[in-house]
Amino acid sequence: MKYFTRPRVKREYRWRGKPLSFNRKLKTYDYGSLVISVEGLPRPTIIIPEQHILIEGDDEDNPYVAKVIRLFGDESGEQMKAVVQWFVRVSEVPLSKLKLLGREPHPQEIFHYQGRICDDEVNVESILRPVQVKHLDSATPFPNSDDKDTMYVKLSWDSKAFRVVDSALVESACEPASPSSQLPHAVSGVETESLHSATKLSASKCLSTKRRNLATRTPGVCKKLELHTPEKKSIIGEDVVSQLLDKELDSKVMLAHRLSSSPPQPHPVTHRLTPINKAHRSPVTQGTIRLKPSTIALNRLPPSKMNRPLLSARENSTRATNPSQRKEPQTIKDEDPALDVIAEEDSKSSPVLLVAATLRSSQRKSALLVSSRIRKQLNLLDNQQDLNSDGEDEDEFVPSQKELNGCSEEDEDDGEEEAGLDSEEEILVKKGRGTTAVFRTPRSKQKTHSLTRTPRKNPNKKQIMPGTPRTPHQATPSIPCRSLPTRQPANILEEARARLHVSSVPESLPCREQEFQDIYSFVESKIIDGTGGCMYISGVPGTGKTATVHEVMRCLQHAADVDEIPTFHFIEINGMKMTDPHQAYVQILQNLTGQKATPDHAAALLDKRFNNPAPRKQTTVLLVDELDLLWTRKQNVMYNLFDWPTQRHARLVVLTIANTMDLPERIMINRVASRLGLTRMSFQPYSFKQLQQIIMSRLNKVKAFEEDALQLVSRKVAALSGDARRCLDICRRATEICEHSTTNPSATGLVGMSHVMEALNEMFSSAYITAIKCASMQEQLFLRAVIAEFRRLGLEEATFQQVFVQHQALCRLEGLQPISVSEGLAVCQRLGACRLLLLEPSRLGVLQRVRLNVSQDDVLYALKAD
Amino acid sequence: MSKRKVKDVHRPIGECITQVQQILRERFCHQQLPDRPEGLEAQYKHLLELLRRSAIQGESNSVLIVGPRGAGKTMLLQCVLRDLLQEKEAQKNLLQVHLNGLLQTDDRIALKEITRQLNLENVVGDKVFVSVQTEYYEQILENKTAEKSPGDRSSSRPVLFVLDEFDLFAHHKNQTLLYNLFDVSQSAQTPVAVVGVTCRLDVLELLEKRVKSRFSHRQIHLLSSFGFSEYLQTVRTQLSLPDDFTDRGFAQDWNSSIQTLCEDKSVEEALQRHFNSSKDFRSLHMLLMLCLSRVSVSKPSIKPADLLDASRLCLCDAKANMLHGLSILELCLIIAMKHLNDVYEGEPFNLQMVHNEFKKFLQRKSNSMYNFEQPVVMKAFEHLQQLELIRPVDGSSAKTQREFQLMRLMLDHSQIMEALQKYPQCPTDVKQWAMSAFG
Repeated sequence: MKYFTRPRVKREYRWRGKPLSFNRKLKTYDYGSLVISVEGLPRPTIIIPEQHILIEGDDEDNPYVAKVIRLFGDESGEQMKAVVQWFVRVSEVPLSKLKLLGREPHPQEIFHYQGRICDDEVNVESILRPVQVKHLDSATPFPNSDDKDTMYVKLSWDSKAFRVVDSALVESACEPASPSSQLPHAVSGVETESLHSATKLSASKCLSTKRRNLATRTPGVCKKLELHTPEKKSIIGEDVVSQLLDKELDSKVMLAHRLSSSPPQPHPVTHRLTPINKAHRSPVTQGTIRLKPSTIALNRLPPSKMNRPLLSARENSTRATNPSQRKEPQTIKDEDPALDVIAEEDSKSSPVLLVAATLRSSQRKSALLVSSRIRKQLNLLDNQQDLNSDGEDEDEFVPSQKELNGCSEEDEDDGEEEAGLDSEEEILVKKGRGTTAVFRTPRSKQKTHSLTRTPRKNPNKKQIMPGTPRTPHQATPSIPCRSLPTRQPANILEEARARLHVSSVPESLPCREQEFQDIYSFVESKIIDGTGGCMYISGVPGTGKTATVHEVMRCLQHAADVDEIPTFHFIEINGMKMTDPHQAYVQILQNLTGQKATPDHAAALLDKRFNNPAPRKQTTVLLVDELDLLWTRKQNVMYNLFDWPTQRHARLVVLTIANTMDLPERIMINRVASRLGLTRMSFQPYSFKQLQQIIMSRLNKVKAFEEDALQLVSRKVAALSGDARRCLDICRRATEICEHSTTNPSATGLVGMSHVMEALNEMFSSAYITAIKCASMQEQLFLRAVIAEFRRLGLEEATFQQVFVQHQALCRLEGLQPISVSEGLAVCQRLGACRLLLLEPSRLGVLQRVRLNVSQDDVLYALKAD
Repeated sequence: MSKRKVKDVHRPIGECITQVQQILRERFCHQQLPDRPEGLEAQYKHLLELLRRSAIQGESNSVLIVGPRGAGKTMLLQCVLRDLLQEKEAQKNLLQVHLNGLLQTDDRIALKEITRQLNLENVVGDKVFVSVQTEYYEQILENKTAEKSPGDRSSSRPVLFVLDEFDLFAHHKNQTLLYNLFDVSQSAQTPVAVVGVTCRLDVLELLEKRVKSRFSHRQIHLLSSFGFSEYLQTVRTQLSLPDDFTDRGFAQDWNSSIQTLCEDKSVEEALQRHFNSSKDFRSLHMLLMLCLSRVSVSKPSIKPADLLDASRLCLCDAKANMLHGLSILELCLIIAMKHLNDVYEGEPFNLQMVHNEFKKFLQRKSNSMYNFEQPVVMKAFEHLQQLELIRPVDGSSAKTQREFQLMRLMLDHSQIMEALQKYPQCPTDVKQWAMSAFG
């Protein structure tokens, strides 16, 4: 079902009724409801406060979701506004934050937005239409429905973390009088929910429900209705609608259950709910309302209003999907003797369960934690929890936790495992049924409802359900996890080595305080002002540019977490990690919204996003690493990157990093350089003192180096490049050398001068001289011949033929047998492969020209020392 | 004593020879790994430690193995890997990716290959093949972290990248692959160990500065610094039969014959000559292989003469050998070219000049030769060009007539003279013409 979102037809907005109140200060009138009449639709849509609506946004397919708090207009009646409470869609949450969720978000999931700084006043013209929002318990699975008109709220999002949202926040206000009073029998949450919407008599609901009604009308409706309401023959129209809805949902969820419970059960256990009074128990067999698993999704209605369906722990059909419900039975006071029977049965089977529980709990600590927390909560509600339930409680809860975590494979395993348990349990259930119906008290003790479980086969139901394929697991390639854990560093040298690895992120970045401060204040001011800007950072490799920016971002993120500054997005792209500069758009878009698009499309979307005003916009901080790689002939990528921050509504801060200081002048055309602006910063290579400090701070009191050794390393590196990476690598190598050389017991175990010297030699000394020393006799002679020929010619280049003449002469001089031309060519090629000589392509044979790649002095030195 | 031993001794000689051939061929041709890398203990230890740390402690490392061809770079790496994988802990963890610069000629091919070797293709599916142009560095190299918390150094399996012919990877556009590999190795992502194998000593100068900065600058140099005595020892061990050879008696005979072979003066000289020429083990294997192929049932040991023959075969000049197969006319043309080269000091010549020179020789000195038709001479000339004994000067285009196309001789004087000495039934006047200073 597609939204008919954009008002392609004329829409008219007007207030309905008289203003409720008048605010003298602001000169605004509050209204009770708003009428939206759309051309072509017979009935206008009515919006009243506390209703959930869709608001036009950037993305036509995913309009914003909000709840109306207040409707008001100004005196003249020109301005019609609404104050709303925002909800955030999955697509609006930054991808990086979605991970906090710890599971796959449901496409129809929305989050109650609790962030700050967000304009909650909208023009009523932007309101599209009402939408249904349902609150779900955080542990409840999503109903398997593809109905696009229903959103589900589980959690709230304050731009930093997800929290469990109070159901009252979402739904309470729109709850009319208790639905249970309208339905004589206990009904599921779905029914109450849809009922209330029906009783609200809002035109919009009618519209939407009617539409759905048409879509879902099936031949089985009448029969179904009869079954549903045995005691009440007269059903008002809205009820029909709601129950139809119910049924639709029902079938889908049943299906989900079928999928989740592994082998098809020959006698599936179906449950019926009846009110507690015994009078209702007699008609049970002909027409009770079957408690459908789907209803579980809705069981988060406040307990006081909800006719909570209570299911036995052993119930088969619900077990995989609804853990929150499963744990219920244990927490409930056993009032009925029948239950005691079951409890006894329970204790018999408990060893098995306990084993399973411990097995699983050892697998997943987080699950344990959560379950224990829930148990604590339940303890508050109900003290009469027996020991048995403990184990089972855990047992029941764990799988759901896994489900949340999206560990599909493990799940399947568990599914099978538990299916085995289930069959045992099923027998128990049957026994229980044989004696008497089971009564349970729900958590809320004012209202007591019972449930009667009767296992019943319902083939019709099964036939209706088509097989829905499992939603494909998101395909991201990943390296498998290691099967064995890593070994921890054993001694002080290993510890030092681990700390000195470039990848280990230090607690703080020493020696870049000034730069840190500059970048921090730059970005912070932009975020606070809600403006945009560019900054260019340059410096040779290994001077901490990227690390400093990341550090700034960490600090800003922290500041945002503690509400010092508004929240912001941080996106990072790296020119080196893209095959094509235009991929930058794709990556930015993907990081920003999670969408995938072709470069052109992505550029268009980003352009739209940054150029148009939108409610609820956060500042975006974009880090562009290796900027010079984004160069294209027309430079349009760079142009766009620097142009967006200058847009009024963009709120984009761009930090660019490259190696050369004069990059803007060198490669950028004027209009690009001008947009980049003059906010530049250059990172100087580290001085030896800074390098020393860096190593010291990394080592952090792990005493592995002698003072002098550190100084030597840092002085050497500072003199050569000032590259901190090099410095760390040398130190690591020195620890290795030290480790291998500590065979003699007299050594202190510290890395000393000699080790560092060795490491330095290894890394900095050129191998040419040793290579020449180790070359074979003929190769050495050939090098000498080359030099002799160069001297003769007075040039730095000669053909092989010329050199070979010299070579023959030298051979005779040395008393060696002269070699053949092919052999000489082979010698020459070998030297060329090592790049001691530079050669022309070998097909030229004797005519190829030869050059030395080393200085003549080096060659002579190496040969003389021989 | 025991019956079995007696039985052993009486193995038929043919069977023994077959086994000898098999064992030694495995050594020379299949690059069978030695038990321990001789003379490379320090490098072996260094590399083994490094890779072990990557495999077991999840430490990221990068290292280059540099050394001339045939110095044992790959042998060292394979030995290290073999010994590393014997440790259970490493074997379970380590994933390997082997790339070769000659095969993976650009980054896209390399990425495909990485995906294939890491068995990620089933996950990425046809995406890799459909839209390779969209970058998959993120997915293949970085993905590993995407799903995990930053402290995942300990959780994901280490990957060993072996880049053979490392220098060729440095010629890829922007060195993207190297940048990404080294970047991963320097950041707290999936532990990777990047081992580059190359024979270029200046390989670091090929790296772009930001790539270079990310490389750890560890280089393991394999410079064959051994002397002749070690070389001789290697020859002996390479030819010797192992102790567990089925026929003990035969093995003892064989080994003692090898011993005497190596002590032979002429053999030592020949080996010395080889050693002087190159310390490459591959060329040594070639030489020994030639000796081995002469071993048969009738001649169950390697004689010094075999080795000398093989050595002569290895060292002989390829071009001079080719001259032996030429006709007298072609040889005469070559000699004419040599004289032209002498006169004009290496300036290029064309067919007409060569033919004129040849005709001069015929008029003045020759009594055994007679003139050939122009087309015949032309044909001979073209044959020489096909053999690449002469090649056209680069600049001269194909537009010029073939007779006037400028050519250069690809032979050295010594090669021509050597060939003439050995040429069967070469007319004396031709020989004299060749040896005379001026045509």
